[in-house]
Amino acid sequence: MELQARKGNALRLLLISVLVPALNIAIHWCIFLFFRDSDLPSVLKAVLAVAWGAFGIYSIYYTLNWVVEQYPDQWKRRILPFVFVGPAVVLLGWLLVFPTLRTLYLSFFDASSVNFVGFANYLAVFTDRLLVMALRNNLLWVFFGTLACVSLGLLIAILADRSSFEKLAKGLIFMPMAISFVAAGVIWKFIYYYQPGQEQIGLLNAIVVKFGGEPQAWLSMIQPWNNLFLIAILIWMQTGFAMVIFSAAIKSIPEDMLEAARMDGAGEVRIFFKIMIPYIAGTLLSVTTTIIVFTLKIFDVVMIMTGGQYETDVVATQFYRQLFMYQNAGYGSTLAIVLLIAVIPVIVINLRQFRREGGF
Amino acid sequence: MRSRKGIRKSKWLVNTVLAIICLVWTIPTLGLLVSSFRPAADILATGWWNILPHRDWQTTEQLQLPKDTDLRAPIIVNGVTYTDDQLRAGVEQGGERLIWENRRARLLNVQEKEWTVISNFTTQNYETVLGGKTYEIKMPDGSTKTEKGSGMSRSFWNTVAVTVPATVIPIFIASFAAYAFAWLRFPGRKTLFVIVIALLVVPLQVALIPILRDYTALGLNGTYFGIWLAHTAFGLPLITYFMYTSISQLPKDLFESAFMDGATNFTIFSKLILPLSVPALASISIFQFLWVWNDYLVSLIFLGSQPEVQVLSMNIANLVGSRGNDWHLLTAAAFVSMLMPLAVFFALQKYFVRGLLGGSVKG
Repeated sequence: MELQARKGNALRLLLISVLVPALNIAIHWCIFLFFRDSDLPSVLKAVLAVAWGAFGIYSIYYTLNWVVEQYPDQWKRRILPFVFVGPAVVLLGWLLVFPTLRTLYLSFFDASSVNFVGFANYLAVFTDRLLVMALRNNLLWVFFGTLACVSLGLLIAILADRSSFEKLAKGLIFMPMAISFVAAGVIWKFIYYYQPGQEQIGLLNAIVVKFGGEPQAWLSMIQPWNNLFLIAILIWMQTGFAMVIFSAAIKSIPEDMLEAARMDGAGEVRIFFKIMIPYIAGTLLSVTTTIIVFTLKIFDVVMIMTGGQYETDVVATQFYRQLFMYQNAGYGSTLAIVLLIAVIPVIVINLRQFRREGGF
Repeated sequence: MRSRKGIRKSKWLVNTVLAIICLVWTIPTLGLLVSSFRPAADILATGWWNILPHRDWQTTEQLQLPKDTDLRAPIIVNGVTYTDDQLRAGVEQGGERLIWENRRARLLNVQEKEWTVISNFTTQNYETVLGGKTYEIKMPDGSTKTEKGSGMSRSFWNTVAVTVPATVIPIFIASFAAYAFAWLRFPGRKTLFVIVIALLVVPLQVALIPILRDYTALGLNGTYFGIWLAHTAFGLPLITYFMYTSISQLPKDLFESAFMDGATNFTIFSKLILPLSVPALASISIFQFLWVWNDYLVSLIFLGSQPEVQVLSMNIANLVGSRGNDWHLLTAAAFVSMLMPLAVFFALQKYFVRGLLGGSVKG
């Protein structure tokens, strides 16, 4: 009698454990098909899509949790963590980890991903003129971009700390971080704009003319220095990031430490190098690596400003070009893997730091 | 010790230098904003800074030369000889400038430098950009039909439909995962979390080609659902890590007393953890929201530029490509796309900065 009841219960558990997830998938797939094929006005569609996205995700967790609650206690404790991390693990696996391995695999194949070519693509990255140029430009970006962002960010953070309008200044410098690279591209394209032989409406050319110079087409002139005009946009956008973090770090320096140094007659420059820099060294390192990683992947600015013409291609734009214009999945994958290799040291640093902080 | 006077003097210097830097930082955006309100012809004729008071040539009087003046011969005005070319370009003489007003009628302008401002503003650019141009379509039967292009208002709503779920979904998933990583014990917990940390800085380019192939097979290309998933996966490592640092710092007794009262993990999470994590959630939401709203690469690859799904950044990028010299449209369009991020930024700056500081722990 009791055995039968338990058997029935087990059957019921098995049924709901299969049915509920299956129903979830089916329902959301139906909603997805409805959205894909429906012809609603854009505002209504946006509202419905937002509602689906928000409630859908909650209902998935809610129903799955309900299933787990039906299990006996000792099972519950074992299964529940997997319900909680499950969706994250599935998504990360499907859309990041597994694709990375597949890209690595594809990088050993030719343009159409059919024939194995060994390391030929990797050789091409260091010999093909276009790819080498992209690498060189990315180095320019990483070096000048990071150097300028970090040093300007530090300078502004220190200045703001001593000024009478700290909040306003930080807000203004920081603001470009909020806008998109595409919008920033329009802003700066307008500044660099060149009208042959007419009144110059681009700010930079107007200034040059004002001081008696000849207007220039900045984005296509003297390669590779036109890259610097693109890097200026990155500096404009990312200095705010460095500044905010440095500012917080500087404020955490104990005031009496600085005061003691001043009492001993140390000048501001000496205080900067002997006290501030060592104190914020950790922050300095993490900001620098963050900006390097960010700059390595730079794509939008170059795409909007020049589309990679005039020798301004970087790895990410060349990746896009190889993939969609030359249909060369082999080169494309290899370039992506080159980016990945470039960030591996940062991954190692992150993991080390996590372990040092007693992660688990 | 330095004197009080020295400190005051250095403070003055600091303020000046900082003010100059701030000015340089603000001018690009200011130029965009001003230009977006100027008529198309004005933008191309004069720089936007001419809306500030400046000295420019203003016509003070007009000279009518004899109708039979020979333009090929030297022209004598007030006893000075000029050529036609000079008068066409404008020629300066003793602080005054002579330039043709109407060459055929032999009418000359005499101009002097005076302080002026250009105050010719319009909202026409925004109307064009938001409402779209009116197109005339020839029907097969010979009649013409006028149709309004949907313009940017449509891509604005598309962007909302992409951004809000692509912010809510990953934060939900990541918070559940972070809770499990922080407070539940299960096999593989450590390995999985190490993978999450390793994924923090992985460039998303390495994932694009395979995902694109999967999406093509599943019919997910060009759909909201597809791009939500992509943004979710790309945002998950950072959000999970961020939420983990926040959730793992909550006091342990909290959980114990809740368990005593017979609460399940699900109720603890939704009734206790989420409300307590509101500041962290706000910070990371703003982050993810801005990231998705401003994204160009992911939508370029997974959404494309069909008007039904095209987002703002795609729209502007296309404008740059096709109408690169139509500054009246570009400036207005760019500013429309900046409105939402700037509003979020200025309203919630405090949370944004906090998120930045938390996120910067990563490399």
